[in-house]
Amino acid sequence: MPKVPLWDLPELPKNQLPPHLHLQKTRVFCNNDAPTHTENIHYSGAYAALGIDNSLRLDEFKKNFKVKVIKLNEDDMEFDLIGIDASIANAFRRILISELPTMAIEKVLVANSSSVVQDEVLAQRLGLIPIRVDPRLFDYMSENDVPNEKNSIVFKLHYKCERGSGERRTVYSHDLKWLPFGSEYVLPTETSSDSTSKPKTYTSFTSSQDSLLEFSNNPITVTPGIIISKLGPGQEIELEAHAVKGLGKTHAKWSPVATSWYRMLPEVILLQDIEDDDAQKLVKKCPVNVFDIEDIGKGRKRATVARPRSCTLCRECIREPGWEEKVALRRVKDHFIFTIESTGALPPEVLFTEAVKILEDKCERVITELS
Amino acid sequence: MGVIEDSAMLDDSLQGSEGIDKQFLAAPVKSAVDKFQLLPEFLKVRGLVKQHLESFNYFVRTEIKKIVRANDLVTSRFDPSVYLRYKDVWIGKPSVVVDGVTDSLTPQKCRLSDMTYAAPIFVNIEYCNGSHGHNTHPQFKKDVVIGRMPIMLRSSSCVLYGKDEDELAKLGECPLDPGGYFVVKGNEKVILIQEQLSKNRIIIDTDKKGCIQASVMSSTEMTKSKTIIRMEKEKVYLVLNAFTSKVPIMLVMKAMGMETDQEVVQMLGRDPQYATLLLPSIEDCASIGIYTQQQALDFLEKKRKKSMSRFGKDEGALGVLRDIFIPNIRVRDNNFHLKCVYVVVMLRRMMDAILNKDAMDDKDYIGNKRLELSGQLLALLFEDLFKSMNDQLKFNVDKILAKPSRSSRFDVSQHLLKDSITVGLERSLSTGNWDVSRFKMHRKGMTQIVTRLSFIGAFGSMTKISPQFEKSRKVSGPRALQPSQWGMLCPCDTPEGEACGLVKNLALMTHVTTDEEEGPIISLCTCFGVEDLSLLSGEELHSPSSYLIILNGLILGKHRRPQRFAKVMRELRRAGKVGDFVSIYVNEKQRCVYIASDGGRVCRPLVIADNGISRIKEHHMRELKDGVRNFDSFLREGLIEYLDVNEENNALIALYEGEATHETTHIEIEPFTILGACAGLIPFPHHNQSPRNTYQCAMGKQAMGNIAYNQLCRMDTLIYLLVYPQRPLLTTRTIELVGYDKLGAGQNATVAVMSYSGYDIEDAIVMNKSSLDRGFGRCIVMKKISAAFQKYDNTSDQFSSPRRSQHDAEKTQILDNDGLASPGEIIRHQDIYFQKECPVDPKGSMKSHPSQTPYRTSKQTYKGAEGETAVVDRVALCSDKRNNLTVKFMVRHTRRPEVGDKFSSRHGQKGVCGTIVQQEDFPFSERGICPDLIMNPHGFPSRMTVGKMIELLGSKAGVSCGRFHYGSAFGEPSGHADKVEDISETLVKHGFCYNGKDFLYSGITGMPLQAYIFMGPIYYQKLKHMVLDKMHARGMGPRQLITRQPTEGRSRNGGLRVGEMERDCLIAYGTSNLIYERLMISSDPFEVQVCRKCGLLGYINYQSKTRVCSTCKNGDNISSMKLPYACKLLFQELQSMNIVPRLTLAD
Ligand code: SF4
Repeated sequence: MPKVPLWDLPELPKNQLPPHLHLQKTRVFCNNDAPTHTENIHYSGAYAALGIDNSLRLDEFKKNFKVKVIKLNEDDMEFDLIGIDASIANAFRRILISELPTMAIEKVLVANSSSVVQDEVLAQRLGLIPIRVDPRLFDYMSENDVPNEKNSIVFKLHYKCERGSGERRTVYSHDLKWLPFGSEYVLPTETSSDSTSKPKTYTSFTSSQDSLLEFSNNPITVTPGIIISKLGPGQEIELEAHAVKGLGKTHAKWSPVATSWYRMLPEVILLQDIEDDDAQKLVKKCPVNVFDIEDIGKGRKRATVARPRSCTLCRECIREPGWEEKVALRRVKDHFIFTIESTGALPPEVLFTEAVKILEDKCERVITELS
Repeated sequence: MGVIEDSAMLDDSLQGSEGIDKQFLAAPVKSAVDKFQLLPEFLKVRGLVKQHLESFNYFVRTEIKKIVRANDLVTSRFDPSVYLRYKDVWIGKPSVVVDGVTDSLTPQKCRLSDMTYAAPIFVNIEYCNGSHGHNTHPQFKKDVVIGRMPIMLRSSSCVLYGKDEDELAKLGECPLDPGGYFVVKGNEKVILIQEQLSKNRIIIDTDKKGCIQASVMSSTEMTKSKTIIRMEKEKVYLVLNAFTSKVPIMLVMKAMGMETDQEVVQMLGRDPQYATLLLPSIEDCASIGIYTQQQALDFLEKKRKKSMSRFGKDEGALGVLRDIFIPNIRVRDNNFHLKCVYVVVMLRRMMDAILNKDAMDDKDYIGNKRLELSGQLLALLFEDLFKSMNDQLKFNVDKILAKPSRSSRFDVSQHLLKDSITVGLERSLSTGNWDVSRFKMHRKGMTQIVTRLSFIGAFGSMTKISPQFEKSRKVSGPRALQPSQWGMLCPCDTPEGEACGLVKNLALMTHVTTDEEEGPIISLCTCFGVEDLSLLSGEELHSPSSYLIILNGLILGKHRRPQRFAKVMRELRRAGKVGDFVSIYVNEKQRCVYIASDGGRVCRPLVIADNGISRIKEHHMRELKDGVRNFDSFLREGLIEYLDVNEENNALIALYEGEATHETTHIEIEPFTILGACAGLIPFPHHNQSPRNTYQCAMGKQAMGNIAYNQLCRMDTLIYLLVYPQRPLLTTRTIELVGYDKLGAGQNATVAVMSYSGYDIEDAIVMNKSSLDRGFGRCIVMKKISAAFQKYDNTSDQFSSPRRSQHDAEKTQILDNDGLASPGEIIRHQDIYFQKECPVDPKGSMKSHPSQTPYRTSKQTYKGAEGETAVVDRVALCSDKRNNLTVKFMVRHTRRPEVGDKFSSRHGQKGVCGTIVQQEDFPFSERGICPDLIMNPHGFPSRMTVGKMIELLGSKAGVSCGRFHYGSAFGEPSGHADKVEDISETLVKHGFCYNGKDFLYSGITGMPLQAYIFMGPIYYQKLKHMVLDKMHARGMGPRQLITRQPTEGRSRNGGLRVGEMERDCLIAYGTSNLIYERLMISSDPFEVQVCRKCGLLGYINYQSKTRVCSTCKNGDNISSMKLPYACKLLFQELQSMNIVPRLTLAD
């Protein structure tokens, strides 16, 4: 490289990073050996030497921030979060997993269980069954609360495999029956002294839950089809399950999502023109068909990047020596492909807005604490 | 190697497959003929513990009859016409007699109600009650029971024999349980395989001083003795227990009738070398002036130990020479010729060794070892018990006959006792002590409780070989891996520590032989031109043109064309004319042909090859798959044969068919069969550093999982179960053969190999809390608690119903009305689970009416971890030996993993759980996969467990493509292990990186990690060591009675000791107050009164509130001070033995 005096260097455009720094700031380089430049540069004065302000501006953020829903159905959702920092996207992810409340079975009163599944294990299995109910309609039950219609849901499971039938039967989650009036089991301390008043049960519901508007024509159900236990001839399960509101932090059963995660938008760049045989080779290499071939006339072919979004980063295209110079695999740092897999309590889009609300609350709390 | 892939042929072979698994059949057959199918067939025919079963069956079918036949007559000493003769003996079906009613037994019933699974031993007897009586005719009785024999499960006498899965389930038995053990008083006991040096074989080795010796451990039905011929200072001596000192060998020869030295030298061979070596011995003999047989016998008579008078009447030196000196060579009509020949052969072998050190025998060589199995050991015991029963019978009969007048009618058959055999067998089995006084045998620890910690642990007990040496010996020879172990004993499975290398385990296909009749073999040998020894002159004995033929240590004769002879014999064996397990071994160095048909040899099946071409062809395997053939038909048609370790030396065995050359005689069935059942669980063990496999063998036995199909019906003292056990994603052929895929002991955990949080140092693992919430590593611990209702002379314990209004109502709430905890109840620390009424005075209640006896309530409280809740799982009532009612409670505790619980992969990589982290803090991949646990990469470089990495890759590929991948040992060439290249290809096809490393995002910052992380599923085992059982701390607590120091040990809620070394540290550090506090204040402080004058201890008189010195008889000079109580105790103890310790006090 010939020596060039400093003043002869091309003038840098004002308020813009030099291209290589810009690339490092906005992309993760997925090299063959290890990813580099994974970190975000938050410090406002990081590029002060270049006279560039690195601080985040709200108006700019507002301008750039976009949400694009790619796929949405009852249970899962995929959307793009563009123009946001990883820490915020991660905060949403973390809140979704652990801080959004749902209802889950917490207490199981076993009246009779002769199945092979042990009571504790049965209780654990019941706990993990997602309940399809909006948790926002319920209160948390704190330690000295009595279970009432505002904080508990009671299910009943009574299943018996007749002795004569000769075959085993499977108990599914949809065999759980909702008891809108609360528990039917009488407390053992309650002696039938006064027959006039209703005997005290394990819950004290003042009214039936199905009298509430939300549940009147919409009984509370659980996700059907989950195997709870299997019964042999003569075996029986009779129990009551009490669901309460809780957070995924305490136990995974209260997590409203099966999982939720994001990935950064893949960017596949061909650093050189890849033609003919090499192009063919490259197309073959990729297991998810990221590359395509286009005709550039004269019977010559050139590889193009057709579907970078589907790149799984298997690094197959840069595995062979020499290819790393031809293909660059990158991730866009502020473009997140976010996936939410709901367990069924709330639709995924509601989950996300709820998560946003929680983050908002948290921020507000910090602000009030600070001021 | 040559690989033939013929897809057309393959397709055929896939048709109509009812084989072990479909996936395997879908896989391409790599070797020319895939012989793997033989293995399941082999195991189907023989089972995995076939050695035990076969041996026990042999005992029950043959040996017991032999024993009884050998000792069938009991005659009275006084009246020879009074006798009892056993006509026949057999073992019935397992049953028990309760109150005169015979009840059939099943093993499960015995386990649950602490009974012995035993069957009656029936005999037919003929007896005569004497001439003076009414009839002198022999009388007959049939089906007389003389005792009860514990029955090995799954043996031919067991009710489980030949039962299919459904029938076994009905009997409450697990179909995957191998059997091979006994149920004695409710405990499952297995007789360990005992390793022994060969009996009746000449072994050349050196003694402690380095003298070369030839020794023979002789063992016949009558005697066991050890004969040693030793070269000491140029001279040859005989060392025998029956003589007080060593005896010159020439003298012995003379005593046996070989009076001329020339004869001996002639027999020894023409080579002057041998004669030279013998010359000093000859001179020695001549120097004492002994030339004739009589002189020699007289000389020996003087040396004879006089106590050796157990054998018959004709004692004396000749008797010793006949019965104790190499007794396995029988002497007929006082013709000692054969014995002389034997001695000369010993001499010659010894001299060979002197001339050429290579001729020494290796004691550790497996061919020189025999494995004693349950059948043989039981036979030994039974014989002894049977004999002593007969002796007792004789004694009793004599006692009655000796009485001058007898009132009642005398009947011999009435005096048969049946308890001694029953009790003797039961006692030996339950204690493991084998005491056979006749052979001076006192062995301990012969039996072991079957370890039911995991399914594979039970296998481990069954294949374990207990060594002959004591474990403390610091020798390396017997511990080293012997090349001859190949294929017979597992090279991996041995414990660490003192028993390392001594305790071994059988390999997968090993068979241990049982005894076989010698007679037919001898006559066969004579037919094929073996020249009888007695017809040979001394000169011919070692003539170079012919070989000695030795059958089981017995010299039969000579043969001029040994190779041809061996070939013919082998052909006969392959044709099934001689037993399958007879081995023919041509030892060219010793110029001998050894034929062995004795029991206890290890052997294994191999495919026969003719000039390097396997006899098993593709169509054979096809027929096997179609069910037209089975393993036995392969054997019968001479496609496969069993070779023992010695005969293997005559074979050239190719590992794979493609490697066979023209000289190859045999081909291995599958190379992974060199490993045993425990090592067979390890995927890719051939990629691991060897000790890691050994560690895993030990750890696999501690892993929790499923024990057996009947695990929830068992009442063992301690059961560990996994709540959600899984089948390993990366399996091996052995796993499928053994049934580990059905009764797994672990879970497939997604592992990320990275460092995380710092709580993962020293092999600790970081676990995902959500995974634990969802059931990963959850286990159930079940403990048995028993309680009994005692019976007294007149009264007995009674049920008692708890009174609910009592002050301890809280604690009795789990009790039912019968005073027993009801199943399903939650039980906490200090809860009462059992309550009964005991008579206040069990002895004195004779006079009063039972209804009037005063009773008191006795309770048993549950001691569990505080704050933990357990559940009463089951309550069983049964009656014990003395017909007392016993109650057994199974208390179940479900545990989720916590920090400190021990986990391990299948590669000897154990680690404790270092911390438990929320899922959102865990890294996640681009597909949303979040690992279950994180393992530190530092676990890899020093352990070199490459197999674990391949397991991860293979499992990852397995979950991606939905096919179980395989990792059998050495399985790559034969297609029983997936190759890394193929695995990588699968990974790439499913969008993963070929090397298994994923692009992960940090769950904490949300940014990508700066490295690709090696992530995928690995099968993890939860080991039985859990913190809950081990954690311990105490502040105040119980103290010992004598020293008043805190108790020791967790079980006694003891304190933690500041020992000498800790004390040294404190001294060095100078923290005197800390030492004072630890050793005195917190331990056993005691205030004593010391007399300043005499320096002895005084006391406080609490009545007069004065302090007195008992020596000075006054209280003038008393000071009080603090001492450790133990110190005060020491002073007093010293005083009691007349040592006066005086304390000199100063300020
Ligand atoms: S990394 Fe893999 S998926 Fe991505 S473009 Fe390259 S080959 Fe295709």
